[in-house]
Amino acid sequence: MTDRSRTRLIVLQVLVFSLLAALGGRLWYMQVVAGQEYQAAASENRIREVVTPAVRGAILDAQGRPLVQNRTSLVVSVDRSTILDLPNDGKPVVRKLADVLRAPYPKLDKQLTLCGSPGAADPPICWNGSPYQPIPVAEDVPSGVALQVMERSEEFPGVTAEMTAVRDYPKPFGVNAAHLLGYIGPINADELAAAEKQDGRRGSTYTSFDLVGRAGLEQVYDEYLRGKPGVKKLAVDSAGNVTGTVAERDATPGDYLVTSIDAHVQKVVEDQLKAAIDRAHVAVENGTDSGYPADTGAAVVMEVDTGRVVAMASYPDYNPALWVGGVTNNQYERLASEKANFPLINRAISGEYAPASTFKIVGAAAAAAAGYSLDGPYQCSDQFVVPGSTQSFTNFEAGMNEPMTVARALEVSCNTVFFGLAYNMYVDEGGLDAGPDAPEYLMNTARGFGYGSATGIDLPGENAGRIPDRQWRRDYWAANKDFYCNFDEQGSPQEVNDSYFQQLYAELCVDGYQTRPGDAILSVIGQGDVLSTPLQTARAYAAIANGGTLYRPQVARAVMSPEGEVVKEFEPKDQGQVPATGATVQYIQNALANVPVSGSAAYRYTTFPLDKLPIAAKTGTGQVEGKASTSWFASYAPADDPKYVVLMMVPEGGTGSGTSAPSVNEIYKAIFGVEGSQLIPSKAIVPDGKPITSLPTVNPDGTIDLPKDDGLPGSSASGIPAANTGEKKSKRNSRRRRARAL
Amino acid sequence: MTLGYPQTIAPARRRRQSLRSRATSRDSLLRRFDWVLFIAALGLSVAGAVLVYSATRVAAAGEDPQAYLKRHLLNLVIGLGLGFATMLFDYRTLRAYAPFVYIASVVGLVAVLVVGTEVNGAQAWIQLPGGFSIQPSEFMKVALAVGLAMLLAERRDGETEPQLPDVAFALLVAAIPIGLVMLQPDLGTAVVMGMIVLGILAVAGIRIWWLVALLALGVVGAFVAVQVGVLDQYQIDRLLAFANPDLDPQGVGYNTNQARIAVGSGGLFGAGLFQGTQTGGEFVPEQQTDFIFTVVGEELGFVGSAGLLLLFGVLIWRALRIAMRAEDLFGTLMATGIVCWFTFQMFQNVGMVIGIMPVTGVPLPFVSYGGTSMFANWMAIGLLENVHLRRSVR
Repeated sequence: MTDRSRTRLIVLQVLVFSLLAALGGRLWYMQVVAGQEYQAAASENRIREVVTPAVRGAILDAQGRPLVQNRTSLVVSVDRSTILDLPNDGKPVVRKLADVLRAPYPKLDKQLTLCGSPGAADPPICWNGSPYQPIPVAEDVPSGVALQVMERSEEFPGVTAEMTAVRDYPKPFGVNAAHLLGYIGPINADELAAAEKQDGRRGSTYTSFDLVGRAGLEQVYDEYLRGKPGVKKLAVDSAGNVTGTVAERDATPGDYLVTSIDAHVQKVVEDQLKAAIDRAHVAVENGTDSGYPADTGAAVVMEVDTGRVVAMASYPDYNPALWVGGVTNNQYERLASEKANFPLINRAISGEYAPASTFKIVGAAAAAAAGYSLDGPYQCSDQFVVPGSTQSFTNFEAGMNEPMTVARALEVSCNTVFFGLAYNMYVDEGGLDAGPDAPEYLMNTARGFGYGSATGIDLPGENAGRIPDRQWRRDYWAANKDFYCNFDEQGSPQEVNDSYFQQLYAELCVDGYQTRPGDAILSVIGQGDVLSTPLQTARAYAAIANGGTLYRPQVARAVMSPEGEVVKEFEPKDQGQVPATGATVQYIQNALANVPVSGSAAYRYTTFPLDKLPIAAKTGTGQVEGKASTSWFASYAPADDPKYVVLMMVPEGGTGSGTSAPSVNEIYKAIFGVEGSQLIPSKAIVPDGKPITSLPTVNPDGTIDLPKDDGLPGSSASGIPAANTGEKKSKRNSRRRRARAL
Repeated sequence: MTLGYPQTIAPARRRRQSLRSRATSRDSLLRRFDWVLFIAALGLSVAGAVLVYSATRVAAAGEDPQAYLKRHLLNLVIGLGLGFATMLFDYRTLRAYAPFVYIASVVGLVAVLVVGTEVNGAQAWIQLPGGFSIQPSEFMKVALAVGLAMLLAERRDGETEPQLPDVAFALLVAAIPIGLVMLQPDLGTAVVMGMIVLGILAVAGIRIWWLVALLALGVVGAFVAVQVGVLDQYQIDRLLAFANPDLDPQGVGYNTNQARIAVGSGGLFGAGLFQGTQTGGEFVPEQQTDFIFTVVGEELGFVGSAGLLLLFGVLIWRALRIAMRAEDLFGTLMATGIVCWFTFQMFQNVGMVIGIMPVTGVPLPFVSYGGTSMFANWMAIGLLENVHLRRSVR
């Protein structure tokens, strides 16, 4: 062999071992350095997850009555992978199943088609979930049909009939409570993406076919109610055949949400709100016999010492059960329509109205804070003329033309007394020329009473109301100046030709940023630009009732596990003291206590045993441009030991005492047990007429001890699980009844 | 290992000795036999049997889960027999038969284009009765090693390097089968053949710039092949998918992706023999043949994979040693051809599995399931032993 050959053999040798080394190095990198990544990829490769939805937690009233629970529904599901392995892609089996279910075969076939595959129908008809998830094809199947499927399982491979939980509304006492409870709906893509991002791992708690809370408590407490879905991790081979179970986690049912709602009170409030609206329709306005057009309303019952909401109603309401199984487009459009008066809106927290005379408690507190004597005396005249001008503001009802204290002015709701106080405070602030740092007695007091900012209640969609302080007015003018100053071009033809509007907008264009005497004067009686939600007003009255503390309104009391443990308790949240001394608060309390006795609402209390159940109240009749007046009645009781605030308001419903007061009285009668002129505590629908302080008992098996008057229908077919019916029957005579809040 | 055939024994006399007596002259034959080479090759084959079993252990209902194992072991036995037979003929007498071996292989390659069966896009197999099939291109590698060694070992007096006509003729001889293989088309085998040719030419001592020119020709040829469309789209796809598996995640990219996941997930020690989920779930297509390395990668981890590479290292080291110590240039060149064959085929196969080489369907020598490949590999071992046995003592 020549040297050249030898050299080249050596070169070849070097080359050979270099190649081997390259392979070894790459292997080291892949298997040792980056091995973890590949292992993750391998497990993703071979593991498919099958998700069992968790049973959603029930929502209970303060005594454990189920407001929302679940009922079982027989659901027939088809395991797609099993079916497809059958001869002819399992079509004969699906055909046979369609016959048994009395459903058209094409419908079943579409339901079993994966979304996005060729020829698939649109969601939700096609299957949007995992191909390894059994696909539900029929719900609420009669048990006879389900039995056919299960007993002939060899004829129906891959077909199962199972009891599945769906949302159910037992309606104790017939309550609706839709605005409190809310509803659930399918998760949307954005929410799913957000949840996945938060969870870090794909689909660990949310899946694309999940239902999430869409409104009310269902939305706010979704994280507690939803539970954790069960996950079965199946090993599959490359063809998708299941080769074994890698891991299995059972579904954890959602927790129970205990609310401070009393179902019985809620029902009474709902009925009385409706009654007030009906009353408005037949009321006589200023001597004419046409009723008020009232078609909406709101009412709130709240514990004064905690801010807990005992009842809350908004009219019109809707049936939350419409969402079970998916609301249809037509249904939703109707619910969201103006024609139906937007029943989805919870007017108690979202509606913003001029609080009218109920706002006078703020005027009284502000006057005291500004250094005016509440004892007066102040003249309650027919009209108030702004000094130095011809502008005058009349009393709502004819003035009494007598000097009186502020307390008496509250009692009889004399506007002119408050006009005078408001004008004086306005002048004290600096009047038209008040600088940015000038005190704002009325507006700051209003804010201190919680007006102008959201209460923070645990319900979605709350509005903040409006307190038109000087800064607000400047901002508002800046935003609308263009319109004021170009009114000729931008105004509606009708207004443009009206000399009143011509003058109004011409003035606004020049000095609309100023808070003028008239603004201050209208504000003090809760008119002009002041807006409040019913809940804000209720909270302010609760603060007067409890001596001056604002509590955040709250619906939830506790989260309890289905085993009965308390997961979380929601303590009352103190939001601070109102800007009034103890003496002032007490002064206002006394004044309000006289309203039913000798004030604006006295005529409604001629037969009411005020001696046994004293009530503190304030009427309000809001003026709305071009509409009938708004009826307000804000109250608390017992006046000497306040427990509950009851507030009702009916837009376009007439006067506060005329329309709302009778309904509020009926609510008090029910809560405290008033019959005729007697107070009978045993008739009180709230035990002893006192707020409930203990949580209901949830037994380890998930059943709940119910009060004697659970308001639930007996063993009717209204959705109490069949399995529990026997238990209920056998315990009918025992003092406590139980219901399983599935 | 110091005693050999006495130099004085003339070829004529040796030819007279009966085959039987030579095989049984234990004192010389068995002691000159390269046991390390043999054991490395046998180790690879046995490891292959285990891996093939693991890759095919999940059988469809009614099928024998050991079917592939049994066939692999049968192939091994036949291969051992062929290798033994190859070893017994004095390789120098093979020179006389080389043209016939070559021509027979070329005929086989032509036949495969006429009556062959297409598998995975390459028409490389001839179906035989009884479920057997034969892949002529595997035998062609043996023929090339022998044939080119014969052509280039012939020297006239005073010549220290192959002359142009010899080289040209050798290239022509090589070009015919390579061209035929490309027509199947089986790019991987063609490249391995090209490497055999290149290795033998280099060690034969052709001028360095001829070598460079040949390499350049190969590169330009490949470029032209891609441009002109000689290559089928699937071949180009495969080449692209190697660079970026996401290009075609359900096609070629799927294969490379799954292969990398399998090997990578093995970690240091692997999932355990017969425990691999990638292997058990049959995520990697062709995992008992071209992608057999995924099985060792996943189930035995880096330790097992490196061990397998080490066996190849030993095998190639012994083959190179035989090339170095061969009695004559013919033996050296033949051994060199086999070294190149094993080295590049192994590199190409493992490289494509772990993503540093394009996906071209060549089996992993000794390890992959496949009869013809096994036979040809063991014949090559027989040739190496043949050269080793008949070397002179230095």
